[in-house]
Amino acid sequence: MYTQGLDQKDKSAPQRDTLETPEQLEAFQARIDAEEKIEAKDWMPEAYRRTLVRQISQHAHSEIIGMQPEGNWLTRAPTLKRKAILLAKIQDEAGHGLYLYSAGETLGVSRDAMVGDLLTGKAKYSSIFNYPTLTWADIGAIGWLVDGAAIMNQIPLCRCSYGPYARAMVRICREESFHQRQGFDILRVLCEGTPEQKAMAQDALNRWWWPSLMMFGPNDADSKHSAQSMAWKIKRFSNDELRQKFVDVTVPQAEFLGLKVPDDDLVYDEKSGHYRFGEIDWQEFIEVIKGNGPCNRQRLGKRRKAHEDGEWVREAARAYAEKQAAKAAA
Amino acid sequence: MSNKEWPLYEVFIRSKSGLSHRHAGSIHAADDQMALDHARDTYTRRSEGVSIWVVRSSQIVASDPAETAAFFEPAEDKIYRHPTFYEIPEGVENL
Repeated sequence: MYTQGLDQKDKSAPQRDTLETPEQLEAFQARIDAEEKIEAKDWMPEAYRRTLVRQISQHAHSEIIGMQPEGNWLTRAPTLKRKAILLAKIQDEAGHGLYLYSAGETLGVSRDAMVGDLLTGKAKYSSIFNYPTLTWADIGAIGWLVDGAAIMNQIPLCRCSYGPYARAMVRICREESFHQRQGFDILRVLCEGTPEQKAMAQDALNRWWWPSLMMFGPNDADSKHSAQSMAWKIKRFSNDELRQKFVDVTVPQAEFLGLKVPDDDLVYDEKSGHYRFGEIDWQEFIEVIKGNGPCNRQRLGKRRKAHEDGEWVREAARAYAEKQAAKAAA
Repeated sequence: MSNKEWPLYEVFIRSKSGLSHRHAGSIHAADDQMALDHARDTYTRRSEGVSIWVVRSSQIVASDPAETAAFFEPAEDKIYRHPTFYEIPEGVENL
């Protein structure tokens, strides 16, 4: 599901960049411009590799952390059918995380290193998962809005210049529309229910709308790293373009549900054919990215605990495999 | 106790009989059986396969991308290997 415009500053100092000749860089850019895919062992600029490692691993972490807000409702899903669906969706998120770690590893970074960066808090994940899921309607809102926003972001990534990442995205996008539809379906049923159920759906939209718009990252004017990612064809559309697209398709869906988008500035502009919407609270976005969202500590704490609690299982499996291998050799 | 990663396996899936196995991605597993189980859970949740191969990534021998030109060049000037190289005289059929 959930990539984000997480193109923050690249803090690591350029290491091997100085050894890259202008001819190499030019030849590389020519391949990109010709829409050739770059594959794992191909020559690539160190900065291209680093950008991809950062983006792919953060994308993977988002999938993994993204299981938590939904997992919160597994034991309290209203019916067995909803529970089975939610369980399948969460399992998909784990799978998406694994496809992405697998793509990240092709760039020469180990899975342990990527996971380690998540657990120490060095690597980021999508800000959206630091919001709590307070009611069942939130599960609907996550599927509809958060997965909806993720689809907008991810479809262009299927054409990303890096082959292994693009292929992982194709697989992910195929599975994503189930996620969005099941979310919409949850809200549709609530909206057709009692006034209290409809109010619950409205409350979920009120709380998830703005954080979903933030998923596309900073405004283009403030997104310093976009230009290079566009030139490398890692990114195909700007943050604002994708955000606009999302608003344009989602507002009519909210109208269908009979829900009100919580934005007094929202108007349809006949001339351009787009919805105009209000200013995002960027201070909130920055705070959540910095670790001060409602659930940041809880999310990371749970992930760390799960990792530590699983250590004996990983160790036991390793010991068993070694024993079996020794037996077979004897 | 060692704290190293489980080995990496590459996963190949046959989507239906009649087609060949195709690379799907990779997974980590402690042993071969677990690799098959993880590959199934990771890559065939929607019945994408009828057969899975897993192989330790370290066992794969691959050509070197830096040597691509030199490695594959010898095939390039042998255009006579393609049927379109040959002229077919007018009037000749079923050739």
